[in-house]
Amino acid sequence: MSTTYTVRDSATMLRRNLLHIRRYPSLSIMLVAQPIVFLLVFVYVFGGTLGAGLPGQEGGGDRGDYLVFITPGILIMTVASVALGTAISTATDMTTGIIARFRTMDIARVSVLTGHVLGAVIRTGFAVVIVTAFAFLLGFRSDAGPLGWLGAIGLLILIAFSLTWLTVGMGLAADSVETASNTPLFLVILPFISSAFVPTDAMPAGLRQFAEHQPFTPMIDTLRALVTGAATDSDLWLAIGWCALIALLGYLWSRRLFLRVPAR
Amino acid sequence: MTATNPAIEVSGLTKSYGDHTVLDGVDLTVPEGTVYALLGPNGAGKTTVVNILSALLTPGDGEIRVAGFDVRREPAGVRAAIGVTGQFSAIDELLTGRENLRLMADLAHLDRVTATAAVTVMLERFDLVDAADRRAQTYSGGMKRRLDLAMTLIARPRLIFLDEPTAGLDPRSRRDLWAIVREQVADGVTVLLTTQYLEEADQLADRIGVLDSGRLVAEGTAAELKRRVPGGHVSVQFTDAAGLAAAAAAHPEATTDAEALTLRVPGDGSIAGLRRVLDGLDDDGVAGLTVESPDLDDVFLALTGHATEAPAAEEIPA
Repeated sequence: MSTTYTVRDSATMLRRNLLHIRRYPSLSIMLVAQPIVFLLVFVYVFGGTLGAGLPGQEGGGDRGDYLVFITPGILIMTVASVALGTAISTATDMTTGIIARFRTMDIARVSVLTGHVLGAVIRTGFAVVIVTAFAFLLGFRSDAGPLGWLGAIGLLILIAFSLTWLTVGMGLAADSVETASNTPLFLVILPFISSAFVPTDAMPAGLRQFAEHQPFTPMIDTLRALVTGAATDSDLWLAIGWCALIALLGYLWSRRLFLRVPAR
Repeated sequence: MTATNPAIEVSGLTKSYGDHTVLDGVDLTVPEGTVYALLGPNGAGKTTVVNILSALLTPGDGEIRVAGFDVRREPAGVRAAIGVTGQFSAIDELLTGRENLRLMADLAHLDRVTATAAVTVMLERFDLVDAADRRAQTYSGGMKRRLDLAMTLIARPRLIFLDEPTAGLDPRSRRDLWAIVREQVADGVTVLLTTQYLEEADQLADRIGVLDSGRLVAEGTAAELKRRVPGGHVSVQFTDAAGLAAAAAAHPEATTDAEALTLRVPGDGSIAGLRRVLDGLDDDGVAGLTVESPDLDDVFLALTGHATEAPAAEEIPA
């Protein structure tokens, strides 16, 4: 029966999705370009002023300090940006005839979705490497040891995995490809109201509470600690908890949407 | 599945969406190794039957066994036994023909060596060798259909459903596809196909069921059905409207197309009947004349008492 073949079918579907990513590179380029543009704008347009406002430095920091401060946030925006692309590619895929064929076959059905998720995680990996290299090019330096970087990679994979299950669900729920490209936009907006670009202390009450308690903040704070070589705190577990919760809900939601009998 | 079991056994199948009845008590039995054609216009319920038999749609009422499995309780068994080629192209257009076939071979859980060999065989058999490494989106309509069918057949299903397999194909591609279906039948595969063309059912099917508004209104071999629809019709094209009107008055059973100045007189297939039509015609007033063998319109008119136009509902897409 089909469950025995879940792993094999998922690997087959992953191969299909990687071919799609390779054959349609413009989407990947767009998804990586977005966080790079944000990085450039924030460092060179706002960086001088915002760097001066950073706490914990004698007389404030400079542009270089600000680059170090926002790089973790930009990396998480990169993950969110690729996740948005996954909503688009999932929705597009659902409009193709081959999905109807998969439904008539004796395969592990959820493999259609796991193929998308695993493909997206790999795509995220490439995107994160490119953006990190770009940050180094602009002068990002880190005191983190190999363990810190390993932790950062693990956390980014976990975040990519959870956000992707959520956006696969959005892609399935969308009635058109346009809708699928709009609904996940909040994932790109949310990091702005977090500790990504300015310390949350500087925000007015209300907004500050939101920023401190939304899921992106513990993720960004933990990633910042990992890539700068600082010690992680309880935020690590909060970040992992959020990821697990989002992944589980995203998975259950996507699975239900995909397995339901076509409405007509 | 033993030789004594029919490949498909359906009794009392119904399906409705709210108040709208799509299938209204369909019974059909398809013995193993035979071809059954469901003939009917758009909206008759053909695709709904295929979707239910392939465990894509849940049936309303009725007993449905496919390849020995109950479609409600054992859908996975049904899926493992069948191959489906739907009305809409079910290929991955971003992949090449070879990659599409390999995808199907892997999802059929063939081992690496068998899969590679099967892909090569299918590319040759379906005349896709030259295009094997081109993306499927560059294929012509006929090539896409061939690839689609090859993807269905690569897992060697014993029972295949073909939903309007030649819709939109040119006559040559249609004949190529018929040849492929015949090869499958020669290998002992059972085929259920739907079509709007009597000729296609005639060419391929052992038995034909005529589906109209969710009911099987007739069933039999092509010869049996044609006996019930004797003569097809005679189409006469006139040079002016007066000639058409005069002839129409003489043949009250005929249908007129005023724009094309054409009169369509149902015939009984006999020479005498043809002569009766010809006797009333004036040589100068006639621009053209054709004698047509029975087509779907004739079958429908004879079996249901109404023409095929104005279906009650659109076909439910897959």
